[in-house]
Amino acid sequence: MPDPTPIAVTLKQLPSGQVVVSAKGDIGYHEAPTLRNVIREAYDKKPKGLIVELSGVDYMATPGLATLVEALQISKKSQIPLTLAGMTERVRAVFEIARLHTVFRIVPDLDAALAP
Amino acid sequence: MTPVTADLRLQVVSNPRYLCAIRELVAVSARQLGFAEAQCSQIALAVDEAVSNIIKHGYAGVADRPIWIELTPTQDAARGPGVRIVIEDEARQVDPGEIKGRDLDDVRPGGLGVHIIREVMDNAVYERRDHAGMRLTLTKLLSSPAKACDAACNCVPHQPAPQPPPPPPST
Repeated sequence: MPDPTPIAVTLKQLPSGQVVVSAKGDIGYHEAPTLRNVIREAYDKKPKGLIVELSGVDYMATPGLATLVEALQISKKSQIPLTLAGMTERVRAVFEIARLHTVFRIVPDLDAALAP
Repeated sequence: MTPVTADLRLQVVSNPRYLCAIRELVAVSARQLGFAEAQCSQIALAVDEAVSNIIKHGYAGVADRPIWIELTPTQDAARGPGVRIVIEDEARQVDPGEIKGRDLDDVRPGGLGVHIIREVMDNAVYERRDHAGMRLTLTKLLSSPAKACDAACNCVPHQPAPQPPPPPPST
């Protein structure tokens, strides 16, 4: 039986050609591979843009950061814009401690990410 | 009778499925010692990063090796109350001087755990254990604020939970 992980990640393809990956739960060493798999699935769809929606994530450790840095590298290579939306204060603090808040496009919520 | 050296001592196997339980236990315990929510979250983050490093690098992903976590409240006459957390393993020993975070300007996946631990705790000391494995001692004072939090995150420590009265002397 697979281990239950305290994370749920969904993928939604929008008519605009963008893909939204929404995560809910903790993202630590145990959970990051689940997020990584869905993000890779999203890139495989060759979207016009990838939005990772994090409003349901209250805890992120460095494996989660690493997954998103890896996504950023794919975005740069494939020229698919990556946006992080809805980051909670606690997750934002981890990005700031790692000085990663300046390398991502971070917006307050999904509406802001979808705005032209 | 064996003297009690820590308020909490946990032995857990090196299976990542238990990381969630470890960080919950550490966060709840820190809250009981009077730390604010943002501080509790970051103390739990430091322990989570340390244990993840042991599992990934020390034990190379082998899931049935032991890890011990001890948590003890501290009281410094000049600087006030705090917490000490000791994390030990039987993993391969490394030179403590070589345990470093990567250059933050080098944006790439991985290598951030040690930087996060040192940043969110007041002190983090790695050392070799006598016979096998490594020991990491983490300390944090109640008066030391959470890192990178703004005024909205409520990082002012609340009052410690009231202590139960001491038991009556045995007759």
